[in-house]
Amino acid sequence: MATMFAFAESRGGELRKVAFETVAAARQAADATGGGEVHVLVLGAPGMATRAEALGRFGADVVVAVEDPALERYSPEVFAATAAKRLQSAQYRAAFFSASAQGRDLAPRVAARLDAGIAADVTAFEFRDDAVFAQHPAFTGKVTVTLRVSGAPAIISLRPGALSAAEQPRTTRVETAAPAVDPASARVVVTELVQQTATNLDLGEAPVIVSGGRGLRAAEHFKLVEDLATAFGNAAVGATRAVTDDGWRPATDQIGQTGRVVSPDLYVAVGISGAIQHLDGMRTAKTIVAINKDKDAPIFKVADYGIVGDLFEILPRLTDEVRRVRGER
Amino acid sequence: MNIAVCLKHVPDMELRCSITPDRKSLEQSGLKYDMSDFDGYALEVALQLVEKQGPGEVALISVGPDGVQETLRKGLAMGAARAVQLKADDVPVDGLAVARALAAELESGKFDLVLFGRMATDTASGTVGPMVAELLGLPCVTAISHLEVTDDRGTARRELEGAAETVQFPLPAVLSIDEGMARPRLATLKGIMAAKKKPLEVKPAALGEVRVTVAAMALPPERTGPRFVGEGSDAVPELVRRLRDEAKVI
Repeated sequence: MATMFAFAESRGGELRKVAFETVAAARQAADATGGGEVHVLVLGAPGMATRAEALGRFGADVVVAVEDPALERYSPEVFAATAAKRLQSAQYRAAFFSASAQGRDLAPRVAARLDAGIAADVTAFEFRDDAVFAQHPAFTGKVTVTLRVSGAPAIISLRPGALSAAEQPRTTRVETAAPAVDPASARVVVTELVQQTATNLDLGEAPVIVSGGRGLRAAEHFKLVEDLATAFGNAAVGATRAVTDDGWRPATDQIGQTGRVVSPDLYVAVGISGAIQHLDGMRTAKTIVAINKDKDAPIFKVADYGIVGDLFEILPRLTDEVRRVRGER
Repeated sequence: MNIAVCLKHVPDMELRCSITPDRKSLEQSGLKYDMSDFDGYALEVALQLVEKQGPGEVALISVGPDGVQETLRKGLAMGAARAVQLKADDVPVDGLAVARALAAELESGKFDLVLFGRMATDTASGTVGPMVAELLGLPCVTAISHLEVTDDRGTARRELEGAAETVQFPLPAVLSIDEGMARPRLATLKGIMAAKKKPLEVKPAALGEVRVTVAAMALPPERTGPRFVGEGSDAVPELVRRLRDEAKVI
């Protein structure tokens, strides 16, 4: 029986979707290794402890809440020291983080402090022969590498969206703890957090992404992409690098090797030919739809469903049809 | 201002790749190597900082076999002053082992900044930078999209999912650079000639214990090709039906 650790990421006092994915993965790992406990660490401003119940639904046995007014925003040194201290306090088999922007900053720091092995951006894992075997897409997504991480705890950061968060309710105990170091002593200080997409879903969290490429021909035609995203109701809008380089969309919308790497349930590629750089950012989507005028475009090689034709005719009709089907439910 | 930039020599993945029979590495024939994309941005940022805020120099470090000298020479041709190869038969996938080797070398230098790319384009882990910072006990900011540095302090912006953070830190510090901050300059012919005479030191890499290894490599399952391709807007109802009934995503 092995005890697992999970770090629950929050922002602005709210747990993020990746927090539940991380806890669910730790639960899965605990169950696969004899049904040990899952201990979850959450840090934030006073009030975070009240979120413990939500973590229990995804399999947390213990929630360690570290509350301090100075932890309203991410504090890398305090978070890393506190996570490392908790991980040293007991025998943890593995520690799960998200490979989100915050998790990618935090997890390696914790690994270095513990002198532990890390597998980053993991899409699947297995405990076998005293080691963790963790899969992650490497070489720009062209190769799936299985890493063998020996020693405990093994540090794992999970690709957002790659493992779905299944509910497995547990009776949860809440513990409170103090930060391992005084937040006032931190050298690296996040002085400001600016939300950029207050109304829209984030690309890393949206179950559906509608993405546009050069085939849209002009910035204003992205309205068609936005309309389709709105019709889905749970969709975010993405773009190719060509489009963000041209300033049609903000750079933060770019999906690809040098932009965001996403794994939504549904990815709709509109007017995107499918350059390697773009495919690397979305090929792990569960279902891919391509709409393109060129039947030989590489995007059709990774697509599950496709329509060849004029997107300016297809998109409005698709938007109507999606709206109609969703309205029926 | 003295800046160290850590570079990784990586295969260019625009090319076709295959896996060796033991399923542990890439078939090397036909692979071309180059400086990892993000490291190019980091080097450009370093060169600009020294130009603007000199005096000082940019030093390059890379872990790996002799092939990494190619990337180090390229960096020297772009304008770095000197380079160190920390020689190892190959670059471990254990980020902490690489970080140990780099930290041992960086400790002896007096650097105001140590720069990394956000992640290497081959392993895409992005762990070595923050690990080096921890091993050296230095402040660290990762995935920086905008940076301002004075003599002893810096302000950085990092992009999050749907948000951005402004981060303040003191120098010396370890930073990892996202793309878009500065397009890497092309080496001039003069730079390439000069690079041949610049110092490139070779030392053994002190990797220490390796806890992460490659158990297997596989090409991702080929998508079997589209299950449905229609033509024109008349195909829309069938597409939506399949998305609802077959893929169950609507």
